[in-house]
Amino acid sequence: MLRFLLTVIRRDLLLAARRRGDWLTSQFFFVMVVSMFPLGIGSEPAVLRMIGPGVVWVAALLASLLSLSRLFADDHRDGSLEQMLLSPEPTVLLTLGKAVAHWLIYGIPLLVIAPVLGIQFALPAEAILVLVASLAIGTPILSLLGSVGAALTLGLRGGGVLLTLLILPLYVPALIFGAGAVDAALAGTGAEAHLSLLAAFLVMSLLVSPWVAAAALRVSIE
Amino acid sequence: MAFNLYYYASPATFYGLAGRLIPWFAWGAGILTLIGLYIGFFMAPTDFQQGEAYRVIFIHVPAAWMGMFIYLVMAFWSAIGLAFKTRLSFMMARALAPTGALFTFIALWTGALWGKPMWGAWWVWDARLTSTLILLFLYVGIMALWAAIDDRQRGDKAGALLTLVGVVNVPIIYFSVQWWNTLHQGASIKPSGTSMDEIMLAGMLVMAFAAWFYAIAAALVRVRTLILERERHTDWVKAILES
Amino acid sequence: MEWASWSDFWAMGGYGLYVWGSYAVTGLAIVAEIILLRHGRSQTLKRLRRMRKWEEQ
Repeated sequence: MLRFLLTVIRRDLLLAARRRGDWLTSQFFFVMVVSMFPLGIGSEPAVLRMIGPGVVWVAALLASLLSLSRLFADDHRDGSLEQMLLSPEPTVLLTLGKAVAHWLIYGIPLLVIAPVLGIQFALPAEAILVLVASLAIGTPILSLLGSVGAALTLGLRGGGVLLTLLILPLYVPALIFGAGAVDAALAGTGAEAHLSLLAAFLVMSLLVSPWVAAAALRVSIE
Repeated sequence: MAFNLYYYASPATFYGLAGRLIPWFAWGAGILTLIGLYIGFFMAPTDFQQGEAYRVIFIHVPAAWMGMFIYLVMAFWSAIGLAFKTRLSFMMARALAPTGALFTFIALWTGALWGKPMWGAWWVWDARLTSTLILLFLYVGIMALWAAIDDRQRGDKAGALLTLVGVVNVPIIYFSVQWWNTLHQGASIKPSGTSMDEIMLAGMLVMAFAAWFYAIAAALVRVRTLILERERHTDWVKAILES
Repeated sequence: MEWASWSDFWAMGGYGLYVWGSYAVTGLAIVAEIILLRHGRSQTLKRLRRMRKWEEQ
């Protein structure tokens, strides 16, 4: 079973490596969206520090949603998804593997880029650390919950936008605690509470999402 | 009492039962509304702190309760439908959603109109208001998903799954005023008793029942239309279409 | 609750806009839903009858 999971992850990593364009686009999208806000709102350091955590987090949500619509759709289009569902391995491992791969490909780079953006937003070092920590805990949540949305909307017209509509309400707790953690660090009140709640949300997502996504895949394919 | 529930799990028999029940719930809702409004406007006294503005409570609280309650009922029928594959369960879930969304909207609207004179703001991003807004988004998302899926069975199950994923939001709304320091007031009605004036409470409860009866009536009307559409190839529906 | 006069009742101690704004929108929303329910049912019946006619030909 573990072998199946690792195979799913490795396959997705390989496919992403071959189509580096998609991956790069997603990262540039993240950077560009974040950069829009100082241009639109104003670049005073105090203002930037206030909006920075939220802006980075919202951009992370949007970048994640962009790439999620392709999570199952590419495999569905060439028939390989059906093949994988026919295998005797539990579908849960497929959805979990896909979510993990999505996080490795699209989530981890955000952690690398975020410090640079933090500096752009005049965040002090400690806040940047908390920002990266919150994203480290939060981006897996985005991939996990997103996999549920991707499975539910597989093959539907209006797919990408519909996916966004469905998943954004579910992302809200992660956004609130993630950005809130950085705000707390900036205010000096300590980010532990927010980060623990975020971690709890991650555990909940981990326990629920793969199964719901598997059920949703079966519903969408049959 | 040997009551065979499976009898009414058939759309055909439920159609008849619903048709007989609707008038009771509809008239009941109407009468309770009149009683509730009478209590609210002609018996309940002026509030010491809030003046007459508090009278929004007779709609706001029942609407908020119904918005949450209907979602829970939807989640219940979604779970039953997924577990037992009963068509009617999914139809009930579909029939409830628009009414639930409507009550949630009414709760948000009346809340804003109550908040402006009382707190000085139409809207604040505190835990209860935010999670109620999220509840509205969930309703809209579920209805959008149903609208986007042509295959009826796929739509039923997908919507049911999404409903169940979102159900965790309802306890968050309910407990938000305990878990966070919020601007929104805490629970006035607890199992241990209430701090509200008795007449105000009575008015609110009567309106809550009125809203409940209304929601049942609306859902039953909607589900009957859904049943007709889905069962149109059966003889009993054909007979109805002929008459 | 004794209202001194009808105008007092409508004024709601100065909060009339908020109180009646709430009740009015609620009333409109409920009426709209009821209308849509009835309309939905009659449209469905009409459509199903039409479909039956086509299918029988």
